[in-house]
Amino acid sequence: MKYADEFRDPVAARGVLAAIARVTDEIGATKDKPVHIMEICGGHTHAIFRYGLDKLTPPGLEFIHGPGCPVCVLPMSRIDECVEIAERSGVIMTTFGDAMRVPGRRKSLIQAKADGADIRMVYSPLDALELARRNPDREVVFFGLGFETTTPSTALTILQAAADDQTNFSIFCNHITVPPPIKALLDDPHMVLDGFVGPGHVSMVIGIHPYDFIARDYGKPIVVAGFEPLDLLQSVLMVLEQIRDGRAEVENQYSRVVPDDGNPVSIAACTEVYEPRPSFEWRGLGEIDASGLRIRPKYAAFDAEVKFGIGYGLGPRAVADPDGCRCGDVMTGRIKPHACPQFGKGCTPEMPLGALMVSSEGACAAYYQYGGLRLEEAV
Amino acid sequence: MCLGIPGQIVEISDAARKLAIVEVMGVRRQVNVACILKDEPIEALIGAWSLIHVGFAMSRINEEEAALTLDILRQLGEAQEEIEAMRASERMLAS
Ligand code: SF4
Repeated sequence: MKYADEFRDPVAARGVLAAIARVTDEIGATKDKPVHIMEICGGHTHAIFRYGLDKLTPPGLEFIHGPGCPVCVLPMSRIDECVEIAERSGVIMTTFGDAMRVPGRRKSLIQAKADGADIRMVYSPLDALELARRNPDREVVFFGLGFETTTPSTALTILQAAADDQTNFSIFCNHITVPPPIKALLDDPHMVLDGFVGPGHVSMVIGIHPYDFIARDYGKPIVVAGFEPLDLLQSVLMVLEQIRDGRAEVENQYSRVVPDDGNPVSIAACTEVYEPRPSFEWRGLGEIDASGLRIRPKYAAFDAEVKFGIGYGLGPRAVADPDGCRCGDVMTGRIKPHACPQFGKGCTPEMPLGALMVSSEGACAAYYQYGGLRLEEAV
Repeated sequence: MCLGIPGQIVEISDAARKLAIVEVMGVRRQVNVACILKDEPIEALIGAWSLIHVGFAMSRINEEEAALTLDILRQLGEAQEEIEAMRASERMLAS
């Protein structure tokens, strides 16, 4: 157990691992007939690989890596639209660094920057707003993306811009929400999921009740989990115990950070600023109903789609992924990343072909980054 | 971006805009604290630890939880990335 020694509390980790093995056995799951648990969040995917949790757990337990990396699911057409805005004269496009290398149909943001567009990386939407203050003769746009964890930050920034009457600032809104894709996955007849480990920081904002439908309507367990390896293992054990006992509940393993009802200030800001789009495209998954957010007409002055006439649904949509790219199959758990013909060949973290290779939270990048370590250990 | 990073609030910089200075691994920067303010004067936040996501304090945590989370983020390589992103953003604004 090379990895287990790295745990803050290796003794506790060993205890939980033993319990996981026991309960997996009690369920009757085996390597050929495994129990499938999806970790939704890309941060969890990263932690599972970093700590080798999939190797420490029994062969009868299989992790399916979910769609919870916001950069990985950004559709190509949105990158194209972002580049189009960035190339307008007078515009300064600002973005989180993660989004720079996501491939678009024409080019990525990093290529657009090399070609002369004024694209700048910021740590926070607040820095984009500050940039607008300092450059009154320029139009500053922030490429807003992410799940419920970052959605409130963009909403609060819009509210601040509105209070300050900062008219040269707008958001290109690509915020998405976690529950709709889970519903889409559960509705997929090919999907074999037995339970979920839920993203802790998303629930820190929205609470745990948006997941009630998973237990109530689909009869599947979900446990909201923290990021420490021990948190993850404990949550997996809680899911397994529910499966063994025939229960389906929403449980909160991360209550030291996650209040069951979420964060009221964040929820209020998001409700004030955004409304759901009828549907939104997810790279590899397709269009999903009510899974994306747009800025309400009340704040249209800060909506880059309105300002630049580049709206969702105005341009051609559903751009096919490049040839040989299996991102969709990886994301729905049908294949493991290394089964993609492009893995490590046409597609690497330096030169990603598919979005799952872009951020350390993408399943393909995690496999790539920690793959060498594993092979080393296997010999 | 998604995991955030723990920081300690050391100073209130703009009470009207609910902005405070946090210290994250020795680096200071301004963050918005609206989401962690309860019915209390904003000054009550000084000394508190919070998870910071892209410039916003999102959840109060205790010091022990902060240390634990920082350890994990360091091991994942995310702590260094966050700090670098903060510094780069500051440099960009100064240029
Ligand atoms: S290796 Fe690249 S192209 Fe293949 S599934 Fe992963 S991200 Fe997509």
